[in-house]
Amino acid sequence: MSADIVLTVNGTRRTIPIPDPRTTLLDLLRESLHLTGAKKGCDRGQCGACTVLVDGRRINSCLALGVSLDGAEILTIEGLAEGDRLHPVQEAFIAHDGFQCGFCTPGQIMSAVGLIREAQAGADPERVREAMSGNLCRCGAYAGITEAVLEAQQAMSQRPSHRQGEAA
Amino acid sequence: MIPFEYVRATDVAGAVAAGAAPGAAYLAAGTNLLDLMKGGVARPTRLVDITRLPGLAAVARQGDGSLRIGALVRNSDLAHDPAFAGAYPAVAEALLSGASAQLRNAATAAGNVMQRTRCPYFTDTGSACNKREPGSGCDAQGGEARLHAVLGWSEACIATHPSDFCVPLVALDAGVEIAGPAGTRTVPLEAFHRLPGDAPERETVLEPGELMTALVLPPEAAGFSGHSRYLKVRDRTSYAFAVVSVAVGLRLENGRVAEARLALGGVAPKPWRARAAEAVLAGRAPDEAAFRDAADAALAGAAPSGDNAFKIELARRLVARALSRAASGTPERLPALPGSVFAPAPEAAHV
Repeated sequence: MSADIVLTVNGTRRTIPIPDPRTTLLDLLRESLHLTGAKKGCDRGQCGACTVLVDGRRINSCLALGVSLDGAEILTIEGLAEGDRLHPVQEAFIAHDGFQCGFCTPGQIMSAVGLIREAQAGADPERVREAMSGNLCRCGAYAGITEAVLEAQQAMSQRPSHRQGEAA
Repeated sequence: MIPFEYVRATDVAGAVAAGAAPGAAYLAAGTNLLDLMKGGVARPTRLVDITRLPGLAAVARQGDGSLRIGALVRNSDLAHDPAFAGAYPAVAEALLSGASAQLRNAATAAGNVMQRTRCPYFTDTGSACNKREPGSGCDAQGGEARLHAVLGWSEACIATHPSDFCVPLVALDAGVEIAGPAGTRTVPLEAFHRLPGDAPERETVLEPGELMTALVLPPEAAGFSGHSRYLKVRDRTSYAFAVVSVAVGLRLENGRVAEARLALGGVAPKPWRARAAEAVLAGRAPDEAAFRDAADAALAGAAPSGDNAFKIELARRLVARALSRAASGTPERLPALPGSVFAPAPEAAHV
């Protein structure tokens, strides 16, 4: 069975053929759209490296069927910066050394963007750590990641107009 | 993952008709189902996508004061709904102690109730498992069974039900609204999951084609909001299934327990209502002696199913602690943080 679905990916509306309904959102992004920022770490929803925003909410793209998301808006790490202007979360990860090897970083950053949008953690590092627990970092850059999330959240509260971070 | 036919349902009747076919399974977010399909544990030949069914994504107060939680309400939306968390704080606390933020954003209320056991012998297709393959045996028995059941298990199956959400729900007398080929019916959540007996492959009372459409909290469920807790002991601070968990709701009047609700998670093949313990508490002063008596009553029938006798004493202590925390009042900020040795907040230091 083959079917087409429509997704808005990083602001661009695209018609995407789904030759096999088994295709996850992650495989669709990586293999069909060649957006390889979202990573296939465990492929079982345990590591968070595949985190993207779907309709503004962070999810594990490895555990979502592409065909079921027909009509959705997807934001991946590739759509976060505006040209050469990095998103505040990206800037903060660089400033705080929130990574080492970088494999988990796209998922960490998308998860952090989702966390800030959810507005549940506040400025409490303990709650930020809890809210980021779905993203593993094998290099152990957690201290920098927590600092980066807190700083980006603070920066974005002073620049609430940041387009991608606040887009619906 | 084996190939399957994808069917997108547009109304409940159509979903039920498509879901009644042999080999069919309902797909909501898929966070548990797809994981099991990737591992070859679940092998549906048809997926009926119910995510577009109308009217199933709302939380609505009914005329009689009950609350209807649509099957498709996302776990995070429910937990972060201030009115919901205020009325049913233990349910919100349980939801937010489960899984990760990403999974809670996707997973639905019905999917949470329908999730399968995390027994590693169930998820490993190289192991014998009566639940996955009836009659094949149970490699968990005599295996690594540290996290397995101490209540309600049978020789055929010692797996636990992994849900946090279901534990306070069963304590609050939630009902499950079901649509099926023969019409709709409502069954108590307490009777929805079956004990394994000699047929562990039959996990719920759902008949072929039947679809959970909502969970319903009765009017009196909101009467415990002032003294409610969900405490969860796990092997790490966050993003782990319960070793043992306890949901408590108390109604205190004139310094006595007017009514107690108590249920346990992580200890049995279903969310485990502890009615005997509730009876022990009724009319007593909310003190440590009463809490210990209730804990003993809650675990009176417990027996290890492997190297997990520690869970019985752990559960007793957690029951007593949850009762004590609930008696001192629902925390102002919900959810309280998960228990952590690093947690500075006293309400979080519960493990």
